[in-house]
Amino acid sequence: MYLKNIALASAVAIMASTAAHACNISARVSVVGNEFPAIQTVGAGAQACSGGDVSTNLTADHQKINVAGMSGNPAEYTSAIIANSSIVALMNNDVIRPLDDLVAKHGKDLKKNQLITINGKVMAVAFMANAQHLVYRDDVLKKIGMEPPKTYENMLAAAEKIRTAGIMQNPVGGAYKAGWNLAQEFNNMFLGYGGSHFKDGSAQPNVNSEAGVNALNMMKALSAYMNPDFLTHDSNATNAEFRAGNVAIMNMWGSRAATLVDVDGVSAEVKNGMNIAGPMTVGGGNTPASTLWWDGWTVAKNVSDAEAEATFIAMMNGIDPSILKDEEIRKQAVWLIDGYSPTDAARGVFAAAQASTIPYPMLPYMGLLHTALGAELSDFMQGKESAEQALSDVEAAYIAAAKEKGFL
Amino acid sequence: MLLFIAFPLVSVVLQSVHTPHEAVLVTVETCGPFGCSQETAIDQDATSALRTSEPLGRFVGFDIYLDRAHLAVGEVKEAWAVADNWDGFFDAIGNLPFYRAMAFTLTFTFTVTPILIIFGLMIALGVNALSEKIKGVVIFVSLLPMIVTPLIGSLILFWMIDSRGILGNAIQWLAADPDLSLKASTILTWVMLIVYGVWHSAPFAFVVFYAGLQTLPMDQIESARIDGASRWQQVRYVIVPHLMPLITFVALIQLMDNFRVFEPIVGFNAEAHATSLSWIIFNDLGGETRQLSAAATSSMLTIFGVAILLSPVLWRTWQDFKGKS
Repeated sequence: MYLKNIALASAVAIMASTAAHACNISARVSVVGNEFPAIQTVGAGAQACSGGDVSTNLTADHQKINVAGMSGNPAEYTSAIIANSSIVALMNNDVIRPLDDLVAKHGKDLKKNQLITINGKVMAVAFMANAQHLVYRDDVLKKIGMEPPKTYENMLAAAEKIRTAGIMQNPVGGAYKAGWNLAQEFNNMFLGYGGSHFKDGSAQPNVNSEAGVNALNMMKALSAYMNPDFLTHDSNATNAEFRAGNVAIMNMWGSRAATLVDVDGVSAEVKNGMNIAGPMTVGGGNTPASTLWWDGWTVAKNVSDAEAEATFIAMMNGIDPSILKDEEIRKQAVWLIDGYSPTDAARGVFAAAQASTIPYPMLPYMGLLHTALGAELSDFMQGKESAEQALSDVEAAYIAAAKEKGFL
Repeated sequence: MLLFIAFPLVSVVLQSVHTPHEAVLVTVETCGPFGCSQETAIDQDATSALRTSEPLGRFVGFDIYLDRAHLAVGEVKEAWAVADNWDGFFDAIGNLPFYRAMAFTLTFTFTVTPILIIFGLMIALGVNALSEKIKGVVIFVSLLPMIVTPLIGSLILFWMIDSRGILGNAIQWLAADPDLSLKASTILTWVMLIVYGVWHSAPFAFVVFYAGLQTLPMDQIESARIDGASRWQQVRYVIVPHLMPLITFVALIQLMDNFRVFEPIVGFNAEAHATSLSWIIFNDLGGETRQLSAAATSSMLTIFGVAILLSPVLWRTWQDFKGKS
């Protein structure tokens, strides 16, 4: 038995070391990306390569720096880890290169659905899927005798019950921080009510509609059950509230939910009570009030071919199927990597995909609308103006920006 | 001067009167993990051809200055035509990003600057009266707020005034209102930012005034004492006039600094309640949008703002200068 264990352990060690040895690069690699656990894993995998200097800059502010860091020639970053929203900015500024030749040379094992193909050219390699979905406290919902909510209307009812039962004062969590987060929550709710952001095929905004007003009213209703500081809470702060046991139901990113309670200082009550379910619908609709995302990596255009190849090899090492042997890594995300079998933590995102949640729109002008939403909706959330006024402000702000950028 | 001031200025002016070319859009098939779909994208070949022929972009004159994100001339005119009274007019104006930012920036500038000068003077007078032994330590401690990086300082305070933080809790207890949240109210957020601004800048005023106090004409103070002047009268009629050039200097620097208020807004996550021109520039440049022309225009407006703000002080200094020569 003892011998067998040693044999097994050394076999694993050899396999691990061969995986590491397999990655030899001969040029500089520099990666910029978001900071959630799965991306940390990919970054660490890329850094395991030897022969060239591999540096990573993983930060929540990655979208503020990636275009600037890739625009120079040579570019500072040889790769940006992006999502379906942020690849648009890189495409708009023409700073990433088609990967077809590199895929043919080094990426034969990639699955077809990992290749993000735009106009026939592979522009990115996706490695995980993501969506926002329900995260809740099983024990708290049992106390009030309710099932996990399937609709936002039910979420409101549950919140009211939890409050009247005196269990929590502000049981609903939400990343409603003014700016990107608030706009994203609006997008979710807006799509859930059947809205579409633009008038058919044009860059004309279409948010000042019945669906928009309904979405805002629902968000306002939910915010009444949130910590009064909700306009300053991003997903990190919302998760902190959940960990502290102040929140029982929230709409949270799959990529953050899986490892939510795996940190020091979370009480056993929260740890055991935490559970995951699919995204909720709203207003009697069938489309979940959420969006589907993929995360992937790109290679910069303004770098030498040697650096581009080194980057491709290093990033391939970051998403090597062998990383899935680690149970911790396996549950960090819904991996699109070959050989992934869903863990328990993945069922929220899988439910989102099965319920035909709409992917986040990949349009060149979506970023401008997202920014306008983030800046103009906070007045409504504070009760300073009506939903119609806020949405007409959004459209006016978007039109000014879109005119400047040449979309209108 | 040419390299560090004139060239960047010219580049900002040029950027503010040009915008990117009209985007050439094409519909392309996009495939990914969730299947294929027809999506709109930018035609890079056509766009880069446009860019090479006219690298600066489209010339638009003052269009960006006048659009909704900046001076919003059209919107202001409409608000004027529609509004029945001043309240309605100011409500409509306060809804426009530039004027909303100006409302906070000017309030911040004109409350923080005088308060910090008074505080700085009080600290300087207090420290000057201390015994030599403890002076060094007190000076060091008084300078701490200025030494702390603004972003870090505001982040520390941000967590302390959280409704679960030590200061936030103390304020709830003092006001006997368990739901009181500094971050959820516009007025309280403004007060918090102003308090932070004074806390951060008062040491600067203090250190300048303290240096000035070392040059006090002792004979004048002595004769004032012999004439029976109280401590207050000595300060009012001897010390303050002596320090006046320094007060002008501090006012000048601080008016400029406070007009560009930025770090506390980011640190306190206060953008829902308070914005400034600098914050607008940051917001335009960051993220997925990168509105260079809008940011350049806001920069120009900031420069005009600072110039207008400083003109009375500069005028006075010029008059003094002429009088002396």
